Amino acid sequence: MDSPARSGPHTLTAMPEPTHDDPTIARLRAEFGDAVLETHAHRGDVTAVIRADRYRDAVRLLRDDPECDYDFLTDLAGWDRLKLRQTPRFEVVLHLYSLSRNARFRLKTRPEDNAEPVLDSIVDIYPAANWPEREVYDMFGIRFTGHPNLKRILMYEGFEGHPLRKDYPFNKRQPRVVEREIPDDRPGMIF
Amino acid sequence: MTVMDIPHSDIADWAVDTTLRSDTTLSTRAMLLNMGPSHPAMHGVIRIVLALDGERVEDADIEIGYLHRAFEKESETVGWGQVFPYTDRLNYVSPIINNVCYAMGVEKLLDIHPTERCEYIRVISSEVSRITDHLTCVAASAMELGAMTPFIYLMKAREYLYELIEELTGARLTISYVRIGGVKADFPPGWLERLDKALDLVLREMEDVDVLLTRNRIFIDRLKDVGVISKEDAWSLGFTGPLLRSTGMPRDLRKDEPYSIYDRLDFDVPVGTVGDNYDRYLVRMEEMRQSVRMIRQASRQIPGGPVQVDMSGRPLTGAQMVDAAKMGMTADLLLRTVRPDPTLDGADKKSAQAIRTADRRVSLPPKEDTYGNIEGLMNHFMLIMEGEGIKTPPGEIYIANEAPNGELGFYMVSDGSGRAYRVRCRPPCFYLMQGMDRMIIGDMIADVIATFGTVNMIAGELDR
Repeated sequence: MDSPARSGPHTLTAMPEPTHDDPTIARLRAEFGDAVLETHAHRGDVTAVIRADRYRDAVRLLRDDPECDYDFLTDLAGWDRLKLRQTPRFEVVLHLYSLSRNARFRLKTRPEDNAEPVLDSIVDIYPAANWPEREVYDMFGIRFTGHPNLKRILMYEGFEGHPLRKDYPFNKRQPRVVEREIPDDRPGMIF
Repeated sequence: MTVMDIPHSDIADWAVDTTLRSDTTLSTRAMLLNMGPSHPAMHGVIRIVLALDGERVEDADIEIGYLHRAFEKESETVGWGQVFPYTDRLNYVSPIINNVCYAMGVEKLLDIHPTERCEYIRVISSEVSRITDHLTCVAASAMELGAMTPFIYLMKAREYLYELIEELTGARLTISYVRIGGVKADFPPGWLERLDKALDLVLREMEDVDVLLTRNRIFIDRLKDVGVISKEDAWSLGFTGPLLRSTGMPRDLRKDEPYSIYDRLDFDVPVGTVGDNYDRYLVRMEEMRQSVRMIRQASRQIPGGPVQVDMSGRPLTGAQMVDAAKMGMTADLLLRTVRPDPTLDGADKKSAQAIRTADRRVSLPPKEDTYGNIEGLMNHFMLIMEGEGIKTPPGEIYIANEAPNGELGFYMVSDGSGRAYRVRCRPPCFYLMQGMDRMIIGDMIADVIATFGTVNMIAGELDR
């Protein structure tokens, strides 16, 4: 039952809400100029899209700059824009929260390579990103360079493909898991 | 906020301690112990691989995913309104709160607001769910430490509330009670009075448990200074809810970013001091009392009026819906071919009557009626298939509410069709389990059970 033909356009229309007066957007624009690709504030959620090569710098700025002070990573997620026919295909979405300002912010970035998406890990900036990055890798196949332990988290080792990609059929079946030997690579350990 | 080291969690890299202790001539070796995925003292399927030095936990690796059921992928394949049954199964101890959060997300996409009465119904039922969740957590943690009596008392207390939830929603766990722009049904007659009486009984059971546990020497010895996490660690690892509050951080979405009608309720946010298991127990006990306070205030404030709104946010009654259908607004009906889907198994008349209210304003007719007679078809059509289900405008939103375990969030992307393009669920447990190895390393192996109990992992929302 892989998505039958949808009606309606396959695009996200331009968001009407302007973001000119948001201090965080202004700060990002001042610092990164045209590396800030898009901004919008749909339904009050202030959002900026940063070019992948400045992603880490932007995250660091958002956390450390006293005007931003987003000290809490609420969530990190990915999504696949394949059926919207947009490129680059993948987008990684961060939801940040600032305790001192009681404000939320959404930062997005797009790993450029569609076939082998790669992005910098931000685990050293936000330790909370550890498992979510593993999940994004698991579900979308985006590799995070610098991640301390990048392996599948919800799916098992040996799962073929990345299930939340839009070209992964909803009802696809997986081959049987082959029996694995437990590696005896921990000498001195009592089992 | 300090940046901490990354949790060292790759088993293969574990340094094996074969060095001689300086104070003794005996050498020690780490022992590898699997707890889970199926273990009598672990409520929920999760695997914790422990490296032990005697009884002390040297290192821990937490493996999740045993209850993964593709919630996010499933959400992309059905209409917006059809996701509710899946959200029931996220945190299955307090499903109403998941329902409410998801509905709030779709309403934010549509920019509609439920009616006053509906907001109150949602808050009252959410707080009842929060109490049942905390009751379960405290009961299970106490039982795992050998205290069987409080478990029975608290389960009895939970039963008072579950009976009311059953009466309200038609089911105990998989309730699917909330609808986009409303709820399934109004309170049954006399429900709020019965709730008030039930809350008295719950408070009495809690008093008994309070006497049995809070100053109990054994209980305190097992919990105090065990499973400690610092405020900074908890904050930087994405902790929310009672675990974060137990470290002394008064963060509560109902207070900080009040949604629904929480800004009209007077309540306190209990916090702990050191962030150990005992603090978490105390925070949960106090939160239940605060929830009772909230429910009683909301019961006094609740206005009358409709509980459903239409797509443009206007109140809508069932009679109006039926009138619209009678006036012939069914042109699309003739152009549509109905193809029964194999996933509709179980939506037959017999099971529908057993689990749903017969109120046509809010309840889908059984499939025999939908495909068998025009009244059933119209009823179904107007509830679900108008146009192509509920069409949200293109856009993306993030919505969060305070679930019993912390911040439950949904990130939703809509492309303007009748389905979600992407639904991401931010389960509070996911972030709690990510930091659990920090809480158990250095403690004894028996403390793992105590800590695991007060963390209150719910595999349903952890693995989705």
